[in-house]
Amino acid sequence: MTTIAIETLPEQDVHSENRAWAKLKASHSAMAGAVLVVFFIAIALLAPVLPIADPTATDWGAVRKAPSALHWFGTDEIGRDLFSRMIWGAQASLLAGVVSVAISVAIGVPFGLISGYFGGWTDQIISRITDALLATPFLILAIALAAFLGPSLTNAMIAIGLSSMPVFIRLTRGQVLAVRTEDYVEGAHAIGLSHTRIIARYILPNVFSPILVQATLTVATAIIAEASLSFLGLGQQPPAPSWGSMLNVAKNFLEQAPWMAMWPGAAIFLVVIGFNLLGDGLRDALDPRETD
Amino acid sequence: MLRYIGKRLLIAIPTLLIVSIFVFMLQKILPGDPALVMAGEERDPQVIAFIRAKYHLNDPLIMQYFYWIGGALRGDLGISLRTNQPVLVLIGQKLPVTIQLAIMSMIFAFAIGIPAGIISAIKKGTIIDYVANIVALSGLSIPNFWLGIMLILLVSVQLGWLPASGFEMFTVDPVRSIQTMIMPAFVLGTGLAAALMRHTRSAMLGVLKSDYVRTARAKGLSENVVILKHAFRNALLPIVTLSALLFGQLLAGAVLTEQIFTIPGFGKLIVDAVFNRDYAVVQGVVLCTAFGFIVMNLIADILYVLLNPRMREGA
Repeated sequence: MTTIAIETLPEQDVHSENRAWAKLKASHSAMAGAVLVVFFIAIALLAPVLPIADPTATDWGAVRKAPSALHWFGTDEIGRDLFSRMIWGAQASLLAGVVSVAISVAIGVPFGLISGYFGGWTDQIISRITDALLATPFLILAIALAAFLGPSLTNAMIAIGLSSMPVFIRLTRGQVLAVRTEDYVEGAHAIGLSHTRIIARYILPNVFSPILVQATLTVATAIIAEASLSFLGLGQQPPAPSWGSMLNVAKNFLEQAPWMAMWPGAAIFLVVIGFNLLGDGLRDALDPRETD
Repeated sequence: MLRYIGKRLLIAIPTLLIVSIFVFMLQKILPGDPALVMAGEERDPQVIAFIRAKYHLNDPLIMQYFYWIGGALRGDLGISLRTNQPVLVLIGQKLPVTIQLAIMSMIFAFAIGIPAGIISAIKKGTIIDYVANIVALSGLSIPNFWLGIMLILLVSVQLGWLPASGFEMFTVDPVRSIQTMIMPAFVLGTGLAAALMRHTRSAMLGVLKSDYVRTARAKGLSENVVILKHAFRNALLPIVTLSALLFGQLLAGAVLTEQIFTIPGFGKLIVDAVFNRDYAVVQGVVLCTAFGFIVMNLIADILYVLLNPRMREGA
C-alpha cells in the first residue's frame, strides 16, 4: 500500500503542477506582477548592451537638468544621466533581492528540514535560535549587521539574507512537521531508506511550494531592505548606482531637482509590487485549499 | 491563567538569552581588533587602553560575555563613545519620541486599516473590495522613505502646509507636535494600515461564514449589529496578535521615517550610532528593541487568551 503511495506521487505532482500553472496563468494580477518582474530583470540584464550613457560619467555643464529629449529622466547633482543610472540601478536592486533570498533559503531551509525532521533537542535548539532572530526586527538586525560588517552591497546582501533567514527556518520546519507523518514518509522509513534520502526525495519536494511562495515575497522585502540600507549609506557605495543611494542624494535637492527623487522610488515601488503580485498569485495557485 | 503566563515567561528567557549572545557577538564580527575599530581614526593609545579595560578585551570570550550581560542586567549597556553618556540614558531620552510617533502611526493604521478590512470583507468580490486590495498591496510595496520624500515635496515644498522636519513633544506644545508629526505618522502608518486591512479582511471573511453569524442574521438582527457585535468582535483575535507583531515593523520603519523627517528618536539614534561607529549604542538599541518585541509578543499571547474564552479555560 505504501509502495503504491510512493510510486503514484510523481504523477499526482505533475497534475497538481499543471493545475497550479493554469491557475497562475488565469490570474490577471499574478500575470501583471510577472510582466513587471520580467521587465525589470530584462533591463537589469541588458544594461551593459543598451545604448545608454555611462552611469558614472559626470557632466558639469548639465548639472540637475530637468527631463528632456537628451536626458529622458533628467540629470543629477553632478550631471550624471538619471535614465542610465536607473537602468544600472536595477542590477543592484535585483541582485540584492535574489542573492539575499538565496542566502536565506540556502541556510534556512536545511535548518528547517533538520529541525522538523529530527525533532527533539536539535529542534529545540534550532527553534530557540530562530525565535531569538525573529525577536529582532528585520531591518534593525540588517542595519546592525551591515554596520558591523562594513558598508558595501555584498555586506548588505549578507545582512539582509541572514536577517530574513529565520522566516525560512520557521516555515520549512512547520511544513516538515505536517508532512513527516504522511504514509509515504512512513513507507520510506519502512523500506529502510536513509534520512538524507527521505528528506531529499520525499520531504523536500512536498514542502517546496510554500518555500517558493515565501521566497518570491521575500525578494520584494529584500529589495526594499537593500534600498533602505543604501538610502542610509550602508549598501551600494558611490559612484555605483543604486536606487536607494540615489534617493539618499535626491532628498537634499527636493526644491531644485524634484525629478531626482521621483524615478528611483517609483522603480522600487513597481518592482516590489511586481514580486508581491506574483507571490500572492503563486500562493493562491499552489494552495490546495483554493478551489478552481 | 497565571500558570500560562509563567510558562510563556519561561519560554521568553532562553530567547532573550540567545538574543543577548547575538548582540554581544556582533562586536566580534568587526574585522580586526575591535578596540582599534572602536577607537576611531585617531587611534589614541589611551583610548585603546580604556576600551580594552572597559570591555575586558584581554579576557576569554566567554568571560567578556558574562561581564557584558552582567552589566546589561544591571542597566549598564556601556558608554557612548561619541557623547560619553550611558547608552541606557541615551535610549531613555530618545524612546519617548519614537513612542509618540508609534502611537500616532498606530492611530492612523487602525483608523484606515480596520474599517477598510471590514468593508472589503462585506463587499467581497465587488469593485470596492478590488480597489481596497490594490491600495493595500500598494501600501505594502511602497518604500516608506520614498513616500516620506514625496510628501515633503508635495505638502511642504509645493504647498507649504506642513513643516518638512522638526519635532516637539505633545506634552510641551500639542499643536506644533501634531503639525510636525502628521506626515511622519502617516508615512509610518501606511504599511501597517495595509497589513491590518489584509488581516482584518481575512479574519472577517472567516467569521462571516460561521454558524453564529448566520444565526444572528436569522434572529433578525440588523446588519450593523451582526457585523460589529458578532462578527468583528470574533475577528478581533488575530488582529490583536498582529498588532503586537507590527510593533517590530513599526520600530524598523521608524529608523527611516525619523531619518527623513529629522526626528530625534530611537531610529535616528541607531543610524547616527552606525555612522559614528558608536557600537555600544548599536548593540544597546538592538538589545532593547528585541526585549521590547519579546514583551509585546508576550502581551499579545496573554491578550489572546484573555479575549478567547475557550483558550482561557484551557489555560
